[in-house]
Parts: sequence; C-alpha cells; structure tokens
Amino acid sequence: MEKMARVTTALGGNTLSGRTMFCHLDAPANAISVCRDAAQVVVAGRNIFKIYSIEEEQFVEKLNLRVGRKPSLNFSCADVVWHQMDENLLATAATNGVVVTWNLGKPSRNKQDQLFTEHKRTVNKVCFHPTEVYMLLSGSQDGYMKCFDLRKKDSVSTFSGQSESVRDVQFSIRDYFTFAATFENGNVQLWDIRRPDRYERMFTAHNGPVFCCDWHLEDRGWLATGGRDKMVKVWDMNTTRAKEIYCVQTIASVARVKWRPECKHHIATCSMMVDHNIYVWDVRRPFIPSAMFEEHKDVTTGIVWRHLHDPYFLLSGSKDSTLYQHIFKDASQPIDRANPEGLCYSLYGDLAFAAKESLISSDSNRKPYIGDRRHPIFFKRKLDPTEQFEYISSSSALSVFETDVESGSMDWFVHTAKQYALAGRPLAELCDHNAKVAKGLDRNQVAQTWTMLRIIYSSLGNVSSANLNHSMGKGSAALPLMNSFNLKDIPSGLGSESRLDRSKGESRTENILMDSSSTLINNEDNEETEGSDVPADYLLGDVEADEDDLYMMDHENPHAEEQEYSLPQEAFPLRHEIVDNPSALDHLQDKADSPHVSGNEAETVSLTPVESFSLISISHSLYENRLPSDFFSPIVRDTLLFYAEQGDVQTAVSVLIVLGERIRKEIDEQTQEHWYTSYIDLLQRFQLWNISNEVIKLSTCRAINCLNQASTTLHVNCSNCKRPMSNRGWICDRCRQCASMCAVCHHVVKGLFVWCQGCSHGGHLQHIMKWLETSSHCPAGCGHLCEYT
Amino acid sequence: MQANGLDERTNLLVEEYSTSGRLDNITQVMSIHTQYLESFLRSQFYMLRMDGPLPLPYRHYIAIMAAARHQCSYLINMHVDEFLKTGGIAEWLNGLEYIPQRLKNLNEINKLLAHRPWLITKEHIQKLVKTGENNWSLPELVHAVVLLAHYHALASFVFGSGINPERDPDTSNGVRLIAVNNFCVCDLANDNNIENASLTSSNFGNVMVFLQIADSLSELEALMERMKRLQEDKEDEEASQEEMATRFEKEKKESLLVISGAFDDEIVSTDVSRYIEDPGFGYKDFARRGEDHLPTFRAQDYTWENHGFSLVNRLYSDIGHLLDEKFRMVYNLTYNTMATHEDVDTTMLRRALFNYVHCMYGIRYDDYDYGEVNQLLERSLKVYIKTVTCYPERTTKRMYDSYWRQFKHSEKVHVNLLLMEARMQAELLYALRAITRHLT
Repeated sequence: MEKMARVTTALGGNTLSGRTMFCHLDAPANAISVCRDAAQVVVAGRNIFKIYSIEEEQFVEKLNLRVGRKPSLNFSCADVVWHQMDENLLATAATNGVVVTWNLGKPSRNKQDQLFTEHKRTVNKVCFHPTEVYMLLSGSQDGYMKCFDLRKKDSVSTFSGQSESVRDVQFSIRDYFTFAATFENGNVQLWDIRRPDRYERMFTAHNGPVFCCDWHLEDRGWLATGGRDKMVKVWDMNTTRAKEIYCVQTIASVARVKWRPECKHHIATCSMMVDHNIYVWDVRRPFIPSAMFEEHKDVTTGIVWRHLHDPYFLLSGSKDSTLYQHIFKDASQPIDRANPEGLCYSLYGDLAFAAKESLISSDSNRKPYIGDRRHPIFFKRKLDPTEQFEYISSSSALSVFETDVESGSMDWFVHTAKQYALAGRPLAELCDHNAKVAKGLDRNQVAQTWTMLRIIYSSLGNVSSANLNHSMGKGSAALPLMNSFNLKDIPSGLGSESRLDRSKGESRTENILMDSSSTLINNEDNEETEGSDVPADYLLGDVEADEDDLYMMDHENPHAEEQEYSLPQEAFPLRHEIVDNPSALDHLQDKADSPHVSGNEAETVSLTPVESFSLISISHSLYENRLPSDFFSPIVRDTLLFYAEQGDVQTAVSVLIVLGERIRKEIDEQTQEHWYTSYIDLLQRFQLWNISNEVIKLSTCRAINCLNQASTTLHVNCSNCKRPMSNRGWICDRCRQCASMCAVCHHVVKGLFVWCQGCSHGGHLQHIMKWLETSSHCPAGCGHLCEYT
Repeated sequence: MQANGLDERTNLLVEEYSTSGRLDNITQVMSIHTQYLESFLRSQFYMLRMDGPLPLPYRHYIAIMAAARHQCSYLINMHVDEFLKTGGIAEWLNGLEYIPQRLKNLNEINKLLAHRPWLITKEHIQKLVKTGENNWSLPELVHAVVLLAHYHALASFVFGSGINPERDPDTSNGVRLIAVNNFCVCDLANDNNIENASLTSSNFGNVMVFLQIADSLSELEALMERMKRLQEDKEDEEASQEEMATRFEKEKKESLLVISGAFDDEIVSTDVSRYIEDPGFGYKDFARRGEDHLPTFRAQDYTWENHGFSLVNRLYSDIGHLLDEKFRMVYNLTYNTMATHEDVDTTMLRRALFNYVHCMYGIRYDDYDYGEVNQLLERSLKVYIKTVTCYPERTTKRMYDSYWRQFKHSEKVHVNLLLMEARMQAELLYALRAITRHLT
C-alpha cells in the first residue's frame, strides 16, 4: 500500500481527498451504498450491516445496525440503498423477502423503521426515487415489483413483470415517472409508476438473466445493462425501439454496472463469479478496459462511486470481507501493459510488422530497406480533444515485407504433405514411399532419414540385399547435409520453414537465422541471405562437391561417376550409413549421454573403415545378434528433435506417426503435442484440410485426437419455414414437413444428403451422382447447371 | 392429455428412436411429460455424445461408477453396452482395479457426491486438479461432476419409477443379463410398455388413471384444503424470524425420523460392487452430525442461477444452458391438475417438494417457510421422498403406492422428476461451490 498517492479534487465547495485504503469487515458484503455527502458508506451482507465513515487515512466504523440478541433474517441483506435526498434514510432488501427501512435519526439503538413483508421471495433490489423522499421501489424473486410510500404501511402499487424473477430496478433520472426493471429471462421492461397494469416497453437485452442496469448520469436516454452472458450493453432509450449502441464483452458474468461520474463514456463493472477485479471501460473501446482495480481476493459484490460528481474515487465491497476505497491514480491500466507492436508472418514468408508510429520514425538510424518490398501503410486515429481520459496516442504504422517468390515458395511442403503415406501399409513400404517422395522434391536428407528408419525398424529378413544397398547409398548423404547445417548454409526450403515456425514463437534455432537484435533488422538480413541463396540447387551442389572431396576415399567409382552427369542429388556417394549416426550424435546430442549411445558410437566407429558392400552383412549381423530395435531409439529421437529444431515439424510428425509405438515412448507427451499442433496449424493454413484431419486421426496424443471431436455440428434450417431444425435433419418440428426431399426420387433423404450450393437442390448421394452423369441440369428442374465433383 | 400433447409425444419418441436406435424405459416413462423429456434428452445427449472435455468411453464409465453407488444395475448395464460401443477397454469392466489411476481418483468425489455432498471441500478438488501425472483439468472435472450428479439423480428416478431392465434381444455380446433388482418390484414401466406397444395408442392417458378408493378421496380433499388455507393465510399469519429458523431445523430434524428403521445390510452383487469402493458409505442425515457442526448451505449465497450456472458454463460450455433449461422446465411444469381436480395452482406443492429435497441436503432458502412442507407433505410421502433421494435402492412399490393414492401415475412421475432434478441441483451446488472456493 505504499505506492498510494494522495488525491484531492475540488468539487464546488466540497473537497474530496483520500488514498487507496481498505478495512476488514467481519463478514462478506453483499452490497454497499454511499451517503449523499460522500463521507459515509453503508455495508450490508448476510451477517453484516454497518456504517463506516470515510476518513483521510482509513475507514472508521460508525454504527452497527445489527442489533438484538438473535439477529433475525430481516438483517440478512441482499441489497442496501442510501437515500440521496435524506441522509438519515436507508432501505435494505432481505433475503427472506422483507423490505426494511431504517431511520438513523431514531434515538434508540434499533434504527429499524418500517417493515414491508409483501414479497413472497427474496428481494433482490431496492431503489429510492432520486428526487422524491418517500418513494421506494423493490424488485423480488417472485416476479413482482412494488412501490412503497414510506408514509404508509403498505405498498402503493404492485407491478407484475409477467415473467420470472426481477433482478434489478432503477428509477430513471430524467423521467420522474419512469423506472427500468431487469429480469431473469433476459428482458428489460420500462414502467410508468402511475400505470401498474402494464409495462410501457419491453425488449430482450441479454441471453440469460440481466443482473443489473444503470441509467446514465447525464446523457439521460442511456441505460446500461449487464448480464450473465458476460456482456455489458448500452441502450439508447430515446427512440421508440431501444437501440443497442455499445457492447462490451467481459470475461465473466456481470454483477454490477455503474456509470462513472463526469465521464460520458466510462462505466465501472464487477463480476459475479471467478473474476475479482473491477474494471472501468470506455464503452467505445470495448476490447480493453481503461482501468482496472485488482485489490480484492474474492468476487466484488458492490461498487459505488463515492461522489456523484467525482470520477476519481470508487468504493467497493467484496465477499472477501473487505471494503476498499480505490483511487483512480492507483488503478492499473492494462493498456500500458499491452504490446504496442505486432508481428506476423504470412504463409509464404511475408512479414507484416505494426508498431507505434513514433517508435518507427524515431529509429532513423536504421536505413529502411530499399526497393519495392516494403509497403508501409500508415493508420492514424484522430485524438478526441474533448476526451480527457485518452491516454495513448493511437497512431501506428504497418509495414509489410515480402520475400521474393522463389525462395519463399512452400510448394515442397504442400507436395510432401499430400504425397506422404502415413498409415495403412507395412512400415517398410511407408518408409520407402516417403523416401521416394522426399527425394522427388530434392530433399535428400529427409529421404535418407526415411531409408534409415526402414533399415532400423523393419525386419531385415525380407529386404533384399540389393535394396538394402541402394538405400544405404541414399542414406550416406545425410552427413554432408548435416554438416552444411552446422555451417549455417541453409537450403532455402528449410530456411523459410523455420521462419514460419518462428512466427509461432517456438523455434529456438538462433544459430541459423537470428543474431536477434530487432526482428525487423533480422528479417531484412534474412531476406538478403535468402536473396543470395536463391539458387538452392547450386548451394546443394556446392556442398556435395566439398563432401566428395572430403569423404570420397573409399567408395566405389561407378557411383561417383554417375553422379557427375546425372541427377547430382541422387548420386550421393555410397558411404557407410553408420558413419552418419555418430556424427549426427556429435553435434546434436549434448544432453543425451546414455551409455547406450556411446556404446553404439564406439561400435559403429569401429566399423567405419569397412567397405560399403560388406555393410549389409554387418547390418544383418547387428540384427542377428538380437540388437533390439529400440537400441536405436535415442538416435531416432535425436533425429526427430533435430528436424523439429530446424523447423521441419513435417518430417518429425510424419516419422512419429509412421513409427507409432516404436518411438512414442521416447519423446515426451508435451513435445509430441507441440509438434502435432504446429504441423496441423501449418496444414490448415495451407488449407490442406484432409491431410490435417488424417494427421489428427492418426495421432496418439489425447489432446490432439479430441480436436476431431470438437465442433462437429452442422446446423440445418428447414427449407419450408426457414427456421432452424431442432434435432433431426429430415423433419421439421414446426411446419411438420419433411424438409429434405430427394430431387430425383422425391423421397425423404435420411442418410447421405448432397446438395448443390448454387440452387440448393439435392438428394440421395447415389441418385444425384447418377443423374448428373447423364444431365448437367438440376434434377429439380430449376434450370441451374449443377456441378458435382 | 390432449390430442396435441400426444402427438408431440409421438414425434419426440420417433425422433429419439431414430437417433439412438432404441427407446429405453426411462424415455418411455418420462415421455408422459413431453416438454420435460425434450430438455432431458437434449442435456443427456450433450453430456454423453457431444463435444466435451472427456473422451466418450470415459463418460460412460463415469456413468457406470455413478450408477453403481446406488446399485442401479439397469443404468450400469445400459452404459456397459455404450462403453464398449464407444471403444472402451473391456478390461476396465472387470472392476475398479483395472482402470487408470486417473479415473480411480474420481472415486472419492463420487462417493461423497452420491451420499453426503456437503462434505465436499476445496481440498478434494485440489487433490484432483493438482498437477501431476493423473491430474484432472478443471473442464474435465466439471464434466465428470455433471455426469456423476446426473447419474446419481437418474438412479433415483429409475428406482422411484420402478424401471426394469429392458428385455434387450442383443445382450448376448459379452454382457451378462443382470438379475432384476429385488428391491424394486413394481412394474410400472413395463405395464406401460404393454399398453404402448404401439406408440400411437390414443388411450394412453386413460391407462394412467388409477381407480380410487373412496376413503382416499378425503385425503386429497384435505390436501387441497390445506393448500387453500396456506394461500389465504399467507398474509395474516406472520411467523417470527426465530420461528422460521426453527421450522427449518425442525424439518431437518424430522427428516431423520422419517426413515424406517434398520435395513439389513444389503448384499451388493459383485456385478455392481466391482465398480465401487467403500460400499458401506451411505447417506447420513445432515442434521445428525453431532459435534462437527457444518453450517447450513444458504441457498441465496450460492444459487444455481447466479453462481452455479456461470461456473459450469465457463468450464464446460453450453451445458449450463441445457441444465438451466431443464431445471426451469421441471420446476415450472404443471398441468394445473391434482388428481381429479382441474385448475389448481400447484406451485406451492412443487416448491415444497423441491425445497424438501434440498432441506435434506442441508440447503436452506431464507425466503421459504418450512412450515409449509409439514402442511403439504404427508408422512408417507416424506418417507418416499427420503428413500428415493437418499437411498433409492431401497425403494419399494409399497412406498410408491402408499402416498397420494388417488393421484394419477403421471403425477407421481412428475414428483419423481422433481425429486431427481432437485437432487441433481443440490449435488451440483455443493460440488461447484467447492470448485469456486478452489478457484478463489
């Protein structure tokens, strides 16, 4: 509480001053109300009914209104209100349905004045007339509102809402005779106090109960309502039909709304459940509260502005048994914490960056990227000079950076996704197929990985030696490529991929792309490197050559020759596939130091000098020695981690799916889930719905699997009455007609229904298919040329 | 029942049949109250088959666990089938030792919720959601709690209405036929089945009318008389606050005496017992707690409409609306008839039934005069209510017959619906309050 500032405001003659402070109540509060002079506050709850005076430094208990040996339920207050005309007059609504008035001027200890026991159920709200001393209004759970004249013993008039419980009643400030009532079923009614027979106007404001309402203090046609549907709505009541002019979506059901004095567009709210904070909203900016008070530790049940003309002091009571005075100066302003910059990648590697204009222009030492890649667009919002509470300048700049077409191309991703086979065949075939796919797209490293996987996991007995040899030839290429990664020369495909991932904030490959100073600069660098990298094949070729020079000691010539004139990428030199593993381990595996791995390393290293053909037998012998296939699991795991790290979740996820149980245990659930979500996200951004669905289906993660079960509903409207069909697709409850007739056979369609999106005629899938084989027109005879694909 | 209502009912049944491929006896009995049935089916469908945090087999297994607390073999069998159909692991059906620890952890809350919901504290919730290998996320937990409460309450309905297992032709697929529950000998549901072999049978309503014995008519008259008097006297007779408070206590205490003496400890068949832990744990009267004095649950401090709904809907979206509609429906359902009398306002009676159930669970409404319960609910009815809500497995046909002898069957089913929903709401309120406390 140190930070609290002392605030003083002048209000005509009166001066309000104070600081953020609180006091402990003995019991949870249900409601609070403030005296006209802003010097005292009354707190009411089930077990508390006290008056506190608001001093400079603290709250001081003035009076305990709960007297008597055995306090009766009449003291158990659901609501309390202090008369704004007479400072001796209070009214409470009791949970047992009694309305009680209190006269502080009474000499005796018991200040109870009148007792109205007319309501049959809990009274939710009481409200004094703003200008009339003797008029009190109550709204109850039993659905009735009653108007009392305090000079009489009984109610003057009873208003029946003809619907469920009344949650709030409020006298209009402008019209002497008007009051608003809100109901549990979502309705708001306007009544004329002189006409108890019928409401003047009614409209549905919310879905579910409307917990509260408040008339605007100055702009008098406005009524704010808050409901269980988490909305605050502002209605303009000046027109014949209530018009919703503002709507604020909060995060929890709204228990109270109070317009902020002197601020036309500000409104304070607190919630009924879960959320304990008090928010002050500018209704024109519904997405972020303009101020927030976070002191309470349980739900806030009552809020009230301390003075009718002072916007800086807010009092609140809460279930956590505290009473607070909040000062606006001490409020936290979420806008300050909001991130004023935004950064987003498009699918093809374009980058959009938005920031405050001031931020960008002040950075003049950075030279803007020249050329037509940059399209800065500026958005500016005019400040409203009349609005004194606007704290942030809201002009911002948006820059878009485009990568050039070739290097940013993600075609390989799409093709790979489409062509990979993930299930439904034996593992060996899947691996072979995928290796072929990868190779076809010039992704040798990936292709080799697949081949390796096949060797590791599929039983070797049924693999012909020639086959094996071949795959090993491919497998050997992994090493050079890995080295190339280490040297930070990235093939463009992978580069852009990892950037895509970075936009989701998951990639940690700082060694590749990022010297990470400012993202903007980075990106420019990035582009430049990419620009120079454009001929990706060329780069690969380079590396190859190097590798050949370095490693081509002991491999056979025919292959090497082949390499020179045919497809270079295919003709990677034959080499011991096993050599790759240790080298991959060397730079990938810093943490995994299991004896298994090192053992493997030792073993394989010892094998390196062996000629490639003899390798087959070695692999065989490895197997025959009953080396379990999970012997390789750490390596495979590292391979997957490596790919994911590089930004190639596609490979990681595909391998994960293909290997299934064989590898699943090796990688922790969360990482898997992470990969899956990333890959699915990418697939969906490329609109590869079928593939993403397949991936979801094949995944073994619980969290991923159930993605498929979400939002599987299709809503259908009846073709006759255009109303939604409740639960059957083929018969309408309302007009009792079968809605979906087959245009061909004129029977009801109960199974698969296909319809044309152009003319909306359709029918049995089989019938329509047959029909459209012979005719291109709609079978219903509407003349539409239906398309069926 | 008007022709219109009957028509509606047929439609509804046809629809239900077309979605689920069967018409279980519960649906048939409930179809007496079409409007209610609709919202019941909708909410049940939602929690069992629609989007939700829990996987489908889990949901059915939880239903089994809940029904097992009341040894309701009817519901257990039904969900054993469903469990297998949705791809549940058959091994789990061997009993609680075979299920994952995560599900097993639900046992404690299942037990408390079924018998003494007031004992549920935020510690129980914390234990379940505490991060760890077998933790529950809050949405999952809420889904589970809703399912548990639903099936506990449904068990009450099943026993209360004497619903027997269907003679299902295809029970042979690995699932045993379970012996007909021996506590439940009334055959109401099956009577109906016979009468309603064809759904469109138009004389349905008539079947429900009981022949009445002359002397029981006077009971009805007396009840009507009392209702009338209560309504009129409302204004004049103002009980003091102390009086009101003691009335609640009295009602609470009296509910102790209501229940019959010792029941032999039932022997729970192994079919059922493998789904439960601590089978001896049962309802213990809220009022008879001795030293550990638990405070009365003040209904106004945690209401379904304000608090329960918001929480449940937040964590398991849309279920709140469905339950809300269901509660509202059952509470407001009336045909303005009582036995042979028409144009009767039964609000008072419905409220008494609802609040009496809550009273047995220690939930008190400040704005309710519990003296009314005494006036309106005769002793045999109280015995019935208490048995059905607290020990449904002990319900007998004699109990069912012995109260309100001159009322129609449909009205008694209505009573059962009220009891069921009141019970479900009470359980939910306690569980949700604990979750709320955990959150704050």
